[in-house]
Amino acid sequence: MNIRFPKAAAAALPLGLACATQAGAQGIDEAVNTVFANSTGWFVNFIFSSFPGTSFPWIVGWLVIAATIFTVYFGLIQFRAFGHALALVRGDYSDPNDAGEVSHFQALATALSGTVGLGNIAGVAVAVGIGGPGATFWMILAGLLGMASKFTECTLGVKYRNEYEDGHVSGGPMYYMTKGFAERGLGGGKILAVIFAIFCILGSLGGGNMFQSNQAHAQLANVLGDYPGWITGLVFAVIVFIVIVGGIKSIARVTERVVPFMGILYVTTALIIILVNYDQIGTAFGQIFRGAFTWDGAVGGATGALIQGFRRAAFSNEAGVGSAAIAHSAVKTNEPITEGFVSLLEPFIDTVVICTMTALVIIITGQLVTDPETGMFVLNEAGTAIETLSGNSGVALTSAAFSETFGWFRYILAVAVILFAFSTMLSWSYYGLKAWTFLFGEGQTKEIVFKVIFCLFTWIGAAASLGPVIDFSDAMIFAMAVVNIIALYCLMPIVKREMQSYLARLKSGEIKKFR
Amino acid sequence: MSRKILVGYDESAASRRALDFAVDRAKARGEGVLVAHVLEWSPYSFLTPEELEQRHTRRQEELARAEVRLMKPAIEQHAQSGVELTSLVKYGHVAETLCKLAETEDVSLVMIGRNGQTGLSSRLFGSVAGTLAQIAPVPVTIVP
Repeated sequence: MNIRFPKAAAAALPLGLACATQAGAQGIDEAVNTVFANSTGWFVNFIFSSFPGTSFPWIVGWLVIAATIFTVYFGLIQFRAFGHALALVRGDYSDPNDAGEVSHFQALATALSGTVGLGNIAGVAVAVGIGGPGATFWMILAGLLGMASKFTECTLGVKYRNEYEDGHVSGGPMYYMTKGFAERGLGGGKILAVIFAIFCILGSLGGGNMFQSNQAHAQLANVLGDYPGWITGLVFAVIVFIVIVGGIKSIARVTERVVPFMGILYVTTALIIILVNYDQIGTAFGQIFRGAFTWDGAVGGATGALIQGFRRAAFSNEAGVGSAAIAHSAVKTNEPITEGFVSLLEPFIDTVVICTMTALVIIITGQLVTDPETGMFVLNEAGTAIETLSGNSGVALTSAAFSETFGWFRYILAVAVILFAFSTMLSWSYYGLKAWTFLFGEGQTKEIVFKVIFCLFTWIGAAASLGPVIDFSDAMIFAMAVVNIIALYCLMPIVKREMQSYLARLKSGEIKKFR
Repeated sequence: MSRKILVGYDESAASRRALDFAVDRAKARGEGVLVAHVLEWSPYSFLTPEELEQRHTRRQEELARAEVRLMKPAIEQHAQSGVELTSLVKYGHVAETLCKLAETEDVSLVMIGRNGQTGLSSRLFGSVAGTLAQIAPVPVTIVP
């Protein structure tokens, strides 16, 4: 998943929305921008506002504190259950008689293709570009903590899903808010659920859709040369329409197959680059640890590194946002907790592995300019980011770092960005749809109405520069986290009970291995 | 309980010939026939969120369809033979699943039709009959 980085970071993204602006649509754009900025600006400012007297956004603190509490409450479950999670994904505990049902591997792969995206490529470059190598340390820590948040929300998602007579299921935070709160005798579950569903729909149209098509166009224009955004938008919208309304599964299937391949190719290439520069590995880790705790010339010093690292990790792996709970709840299993175990691998793969690779390649290939005399990083003229060799930041910085060793990689990266964007859009169209049917009820006509609206926003997203609209939608995704984490706090005793019962049965041998 | 001859069955003419042959042999040997249909399935494939959601329903439909369209007619066709026929529908890798059945279901023989593929595609993808011949724990009869 990839989310637009507000304010200062947005300025650092070279693929900013500005290049998607169309002269013809400018009048309409401006009108929409003004209306949106006036009516929603206060909300955006509120979500992304900092703790008084600091530049630390409270929403990031909210996510990290929650992740820390879950980590402590469940007794470092992300480390204790890591091996078991791998065994579950391998299928060691899958009953052969259930063959043909969704496997743990498939649930994990689907959820991952929704989160792995521009956040891992562009977001990390922004983090390292502003916060220096030290940001990597905090990013990894936030990823490790986020595993506990994912574990909590995905277990609840499966436990409280709705199963219908025809066999299909609907689940996610909306359902554990209503059913879980009722079970615990708490009030307000229904209200929380409705607020969450509204945020989820708006987030799916914005950050999960418009921003994706916008960045895909920006990347295409970067490689092919500038051309009108509405063309990309139209092509994307038609393809998305064919897939989600026309039900042409083949395109979705191709994407689902190519995206993991792209992820593996990305990590492998990064590993090769790191190994080729093996003499730099020690220095790179030295910089990462030193920068995490001491002033190394990066923007804001160690604190700046901490803010950047935590922010990008949270934005990349979506732990605590509630989206993964929707994806996982579709899985048929007798033990909801097993989906929780499997899901804790997601922040690990997304952040601890993939994001770290990006950061290491940028650091090892020496993209960040240091002062030869003091060894400190040199800031750019505006003082907003570290000076880079190529003068780039964001996706272009990652691209430049990779191209240092493999010149052709920029083209692969362009294809990867487009595919990641597309798969994120498909995932979020599903999340939005689930929130929509929760509010308006299940039914073919109602679903098609949402899907058509979704396609329309795909087109608008690539065609126009709708900064405030997208700021607002991103704010919505984080607003989802506010509502979702309140629910997680209320329901975590239920997860603990499930966890203790399951682990006891696993130890006693009641839960059997099938191979 | 008598031992059984396992027949890998799908809609192909070759598998029908294999079933006919198996019923014939079973009669002579005083054994039963286990008709198995395997739906190709890998737990490591990739699905969209919608497919995840619909998977359980699809599975029920696929099982029901295989039962009605394949297994029932096959068993009815040989109802007069006097041989005891049972059927099974499974998910998995075809040859491996048949092998596993041969181990667990007290099977004396495996019979399978061959689709007669030659050349590149069979080299690339292998054939069920060929794989079975290599890995089955009991004798395998390949019916042309």
